[in-house]
Amino acid sequence: MLSLIYLIGSVTFIIGLKMLGNPATARKGNAIAAGGMALAILGTIFLYRHHGQGLHNYGWIIAGLLIGSVIGFISARTVKMTAMPEMVSLFNGMGGACAALISVVEFEHMSDTLADTTGSRMQLGIIFAGMVIGAVSFAGSVIAWGKLNGRIRDVSFQGQHILNMSVLAVIVLLAAYVTILLPSSTVILFAAVLALSLVYGIIFVLPIGGADMPVVISLLNSFTGVAAACGGFLYNNPVMLTGGILVGSAGTILTILMCKAMNRSLKNVLIGAFGGAKPGSASKEQGAYKEIGLSDTAVVMGYANKVIIVPGYGLAVAQAQHACHELETLLEARGVEVKYAIHPVAGRMPGHMNVLLAEADVPYDKLLEMEQANGQFTTTDVVLILGANDVVNPAAKSDPSSPIYGMPILEVENARSVIVNKRSMKPGYAGIENDLFFQPKTSMLFGDAKQVLQQLVAEIVNSL
Amino acid sequence: MTPVFSFLEQHLELTYIVILSIFLGVEVISRVPSVLHTPLMSGANAIHGVVIIGAIIVMGQASEENYLALILGFLAVILGTVNVVGGFVVTDRMLEMFKSKKSK
Repeated sequence: MLSLIYLIGSVTFIIGLKMLGNPATARKGNAIAAGGMALAILGTIFLYRHHGQGLHNYGWIIAGLLIGSVIGFISARTVKMTAMPEMVSLFNGMGGACAALISVVEFEHMSDTLADTTGSRMQLGIIFAGMVIGAVSFAGSVIAWGKLNGRIRDVSFQGQHILNMSVLAVIVLLAAYVTILLPSSTVILFAAVLALSLVYGIIFVLPIGGADMPVVISLLNSFTGVAAACGGFLYNNPVMLTGGILVGSAGTILTILMCKAMNRSLKNVLIGAFGGAKPGSASKEQGAYKEIGLSDTAVVMGYANKVIIVPGYGLAVAQAQHACHELETLLEARGVEVKYAIHPVAGRMPGHMNVLLAEADVPYDKLLEMEQANGQFTTTDVVLILGANDVVNPAAKSDPSSPIYGMPILEVENARSVIVNKRSMKPGYAGIENDLFFQPKTSMLFGDAKQVLQQLVAEIVNSL
Repeated sequence: MTPVFSFLEQHLELTYIVILSIFLGVEVISRVPSVLHTPLMSGANAIHGVVIIGAIIVMGQASEENYLALILGFLAVILGTVNVVGGFVVTDRMLEMFKSKKSK
């Protein structure tokens, strides 16, 4: 009976994941996978038998499930749209921690009965694998979470990669040593491996730039999947195995797809051209930039035929999506054609801008994908860039020494004029200067995106 | 290497599952529009919450005097549940927004 439930659970995961890949069915797919998960959990609670014995400690289990559900539900419901990537990272870290804890308890179980047999050794090896991967995923996710909400800065220094590789090597060697030779000091060594894994998770993510966090989270996501699969081996549990491995392999592919969207390789992301060691051509002499005031901006936009808005992370930070939609409706009412150009990696995660603008009820057909948008810039009077930077940096096309060289960008410089809203002249997340800001057709409009947009709306209403 | 082989032989079914799941995961994900990358990641994140099942088993098998196992297991159940519930709910919230703009 239980194995049948597990089979159903596994199938729902596969179907759910498949449906998540299509905009029309995605939501249903998520619900199907959630249903399968609920079934598998309930089945385990009531039907699980080991050597003919059911589970006990029901009070603890139910209490844990209730507490976890409440925390999970409330935090997921109340989190702001802008903070979603952080939230996903945190949830992922918890999954990793869960896998690591399972391994710790199982190790404690078997440490008295460790025998010099193949089965026992393999079991120990799997426990180690689950613990190491889970702990790395946990520590890494917490760092990624901290980076996304700005609590943790990028840290990089000479020889960092060598240090990281050495720590990883020590982890693997220690785990192998314990598993193969079964020394008497197993417990201490196990604790050491756990500690080192946590350290590795931290130093693995620390040097990677904040802009690359979505890729890192996706990678850690697949790590947790593998850690869960280790649990599947441990308990001979097919649903844990399918779920875990499925996420492990799907997550890896997703990670690679995300890198491709930025036209970079995974290695490049992890070892990091963005690491900050070499500023590249950033130090070269820059010309002067031109500022534009609110009232001028209002006039330029109010009398344009066609305006394209390019949203970026600045829009998300300022929570300016509603103000932006307001400006758009106002301009449309004046007969200005308004479109949004969405770069696939604008913001801090793919699809970030779509989600934000959808929250503000911006109609779907106003959002242009990069290729469409690039075809329309030549007929555009004004491009308004809201807190985007690297995705409109022409250096990606023209400067082979730039770290983002080769990344497809929105070719806003083809428009008649460009207005850039930023808080300051500071370079964007990738830490590179943007020549666009110094071009003659570009004007800078400094300030917080939300305030600027609100003032712009007021200006258009009052003066035009 | 022999222990590894004999282990694989003993767990042939699981090994099959692993290999087939790897290919399945790759197949299922390829050719997904970049707009859906984030919800997909989030959904996958919720699915690896199956690890909760392991936590339930650990908890349910811990003896009542073993406080270390009880406490760690309890913590694992909580963390795993947050992963599952939070993961699915957050994904649903993300997708809800795609839906609302579709229907307009």
